[in-house]
Amino acid sequence: MPAQSADRPMPAPFSGYAIDAAYDEMFRAGGRPRPHYKHLYTQLLNLPSEELLRSKKEADLSFFNQGITFTVYGRTAGTEQIFPHDLVPRIISSSEWATIERGLTQRITALNLFLADVYHERRIVKDRIIPGEIIYTCKHFRRQMQGVRVPHDVYVSVVGTDLIRLPDGRFVVLEDNLRVPSGVSYMLTSRKVMKQIFPALFRKCGVRPIEQYSQALLSTLRSLAPEGRSTIVLLTPGIYNSAYFEHAFLAKQMGIELVEGRDLVVHDNKVYMRTTSGLQRVDVIYRRVDDDFVDPLAFRPDSSLGVAGLFNAYRAGNVVLANALGTGVADDKGIYSYVPKIIRYYLGEDPIVENVETFMMTDPAQRAHVCGNIEKYVVKAVGESGGYGMLIGPHSSRSQQAEFRDRIMADPRNYIAQPTLTLSTAPCFMNGRIEPRHVDLRPYVLLGDKVTIVPGGLTRVALRKGSLVVNSSQGGGSKDTWVLQN
Amino acid sequence: MLSRVADSLYWMSRYFERADHCARVLEANYNLMLNPSKVSAEERWHRIMASLGIATVGGIDPQMAMIQLTGDPEQESSIVSCIATSRENAGQVREQISSEMWERLNRLYHQVTKTDALVETDSDPLRLVAAVREGAYQFQGVTAATMNHGEGWQFIQLGKYMERSCALPVLLDAYFSTAGQADDLDWVGLLSSCAAFESYCKVYTADLKPDCMAEFLLLNPEFPYSVRYAVERMSAAIGAISGTSFKHATARIERIAGRLRAFLAYAQIADVMAGGLHRYLDSVIEQCKSLHAAVHEVYIDYPIQSALEA
Repeated sequence: MPAQSADRPMPAPFSGYAIDAAYDEMFRAGGRPRPHYKHLYTQLLNLPSEELLRSKKEADLSFFNQGITFTVYGRTAGTEQIFPHDLVPRIISSSEWATIERGLTQRITALNLFLADVYHERRIVKDRIIPGEIIYTCKHFRRQMQGVRVPHDVYVSVVGTDLIRLPDGRFVVLEDNLRVPSGVSYMLTSRKVMKQIFPALFRKCGVRPIEQYSQALLSTLRSLAPEGRSTIVLLTPGIYNSAYFEHAFLAKQMGIELVEGRDLVVHDNKVYMRTTSGLQRVDVIYRRVDDDFVDPLAFRPDSSLGVAGLFNAYRAGNVVLANALGTGVADDKGIYSYVPKIIRYYLGEDPIVENVETFMMTDPAQRAHVCGNIEKYVVKAVGESGGYGMLIGPHSSRSQQAEFRDRIMADPRNYIAQPTLTLSTAPCFMNGRIEPRHVDLRPYVLLGDKVTIVPGGLTRVALRKGSLVVNSSQGGGSKDTWVLQN
Repeated sequence: MLSRVADSLYWMSRYFERADHCARVLEANYNLMLNPSKVSAEERWHRIMASLGIATVGGIDPQMAMIQLTGDPEQESSIVSCIATSRENAGQVREQISSEMWERLNRLYHQVTKTDALVETDSDPLRLVAAVREGAYQFQGVTAATMNHGEGWQFIQLGKYMERSCALPVLLDAYFSTAGQADDLDWVGLLSSCAAFESYCKVYTADLKPDCMAEFLLLNPEFPYSVRYAVERMSAAIGAISGTSFKHATARIERIAGRLRAFLAYAQIADVMAGGLHRYLDSVIEQCKSLHAAVHEVYIDYPIQSALEA
C-alpha cells in the first residue's frame, strides 16, 4: 500500500513517521495526535532521545535481572534473551474500552454456554445452527468430556482473546484462546517497569490499574472450589516450558503452590501433592498443561507431564480443573465463523465486537469464490497455530496458490479463508526515532461466579518494519497497554 | 512444602556454598603462591585439589588447573558449574524464593559466565573469584533479609551447613596430612581458606600452632567456618523442620544429628589429635552423609504407601 506523507512535516522524534492505510493508534490522518494520546505526545516531543534510550536500557536490564527471559536451552551458550519490550505505551480511551469490555463479556458468556451444550444436550446441533460434523471433527473436541458435569458449568475460567483494529477503527476478534492462554505475566511486569520509568505520565494520564489481576484470578479459581475445600495449585509442565516464568510468577502472586505432574498422585480418585509433611489433598488445579498431556491414562499415553488417574478423579468430581478439558472445541478456527450465530442463539443479542469475515471451505459457493481469488486471501489450516500451515495470498507464488487450492479441495473442513487484514499501527521507539509498527491486543478475561476483565491486556508488536506477524518467535515484542480513566 | 521444592532449595544452597568455598580456597592460595616457597607450585596445586576433594592423577598444569576450577563449564566442580547448578535449582523454585534472591543469583550467574571467554588472561580468574565472594555475601544477606524464615529457609540453611560440614573436614585433612612440610605461609593459607585468619588471631594471637588451628577450625562453637558451628546450625535447621512437619518419623534424623553434635561438642583437641585427626575427620564426614541420606528418605523421597497409612 502506498504511504501517504503527512500534511505537515512531523517534528522530531516523529520525523519520518509514515501514516498509511492502516489505522494509527496515535495519529489521525494529517498527523494530529488523537485526544487520548495528547499527554504522551507532548512528553515524547520534550524528551531527548538519549533520555529515552537510557530508559530503554534501564528497562531491558530490569527485565533481564528479573529473569523475564526466553530460554533457548543449553547452559553453556549464553542463550537467554529478554522478551523484546517497547517503551511507548499503547493507549485506549475509556469509551473504546467500554465497548471491548461489553463485547468480550458477551462473547465469553456465549462460548461458555456453547461448551456446556456441546458436551451435554447439543441443542445447537438439533436446532440446526451448527452442523454436528463441524463440532465432532474439531481437533480439540474431547469425547471423554461427554456428560461430565463441571462445577457451576464454568468451562473457560481464563481466556485471552486476540483483537485487532481494522483501518476503519473498529476492533474485531481474530482468535479466541480458550485452552491455556499465556502472556499475562508480561502485561504485569511491563506495567511495573513502566511505572518506574514514567511516573509523571501515569499521574497525568489517569491510567486504570491492572495489578489486581492475580487477586481476581485467585478469587475466580476459589469460586470454583467445592464448599469448604480450597487447596488450589498451579500445574506447570516444568521449567523447560517457554511460559514457565509466567507459571512461577502467577503462583507466587497468588500465593499458591506451583506443582509439576510428578508432585501429584491420585489415590482412590482423590488428588494429593507430595509435601515434606506427607500427602496433602488438592481441590482446584489451575492447569497450564494441554488437554493431551494431563493424564497419560485418559489421553496421550506417552505424556510424562501429567498425572496418572487425574481424569478419573476429575470425572468423579473430586477435583476441579481450570480451564475444563475439551474447551478447544470452541476456539477451533472452523467454529470461529459460527461465533456470531452462537451469540445470537444463546443470548439473543447481536455481537458487540465482531468477527473477521471468514469463508468456510466446506461451503461450495464460498470455496469456489476463494479458490478463484486466492491471491487476495489468507488461507489457514484450522488445526494449526503460530503461523504454520498458512498461505498469505498477496505474498505467495503461483505454485503455492495452486498447492493450496489442491489442499482445500482434498480436505475442505481443514481450511478457512480470511481477507488480508491490515493491523493498526502504534508508535514504537526504534533506533532513536519513533516509528509506526503493527500491533494487536490480547485482553485477559476471567470467568467464575462473574466475568472480570482487567483494563488493558498484552499489546503485541511486530517489531520488523511493515511486518504483520506479532508472534514472539518471529520478531514480535510487547508494550504496555494503558486504558484511561476517562 | 512440596518435597520437590524442599529438595531444590537444599541443592541450590549446597551448590552455592560449594562455589563460595571453592572461591575462598582459590583466593587464599592464589595470593600465597605469589610468594616463593620451598614447596613447588605443582605440589601446592595437588594440595589445593585435595583440599577441595578433587582426585588428581599425574601432573598438574597450574594455569590449566586454575581455569578448570573457576571458569570451565565442563568441569563439574568448577565455580561456574556450581553457580549454574545452584541457579538451575533456584529456577525450579522461583516462586518459593524472594525476587531479590533470584535477581542476585541470576546477576552473579551472568557475571561469571560472561568472564569465561576471558579467563585465560592472568588476572581474570581472580576477578571471577572476587565476584563470587562478593556475590555470595550479597546473596546470603539478601536471603536472610528478604525470605520468610519458614520451612523453605530452613532447608536452605540445612543445605548450606551440610555442605560446609562436609567441605571443612576435607580441607583440614588435606592440610594436616601434609603438616610436616608446611610453613607459616601455608598455615595462613589454611586460615584464609576459611576466612579465619583475623578471628583466629583474636583467640590465639598470631602464633600459628597446628593444634590450636585444628581446635579453632574444628571445635570452636562461635566461628561460622568451624565444623562444630556448621553442625550446630545444621542441627538447628533439622529441629525447626521437624517442628513444622509432624507426620513423619523424624526421630531417626534427630538422633543422627544429636550424636554428631555431641561428637564435636564434647571432644578435646588433644584426644582428637592423639586418636588420629584423619580418622576423626572421616567419621564426621560419614555421619554427615548418613544424616543427608536420612533427610532425603524422610522428607523428599518417601514411599506413597507409608504416607497414606500415616
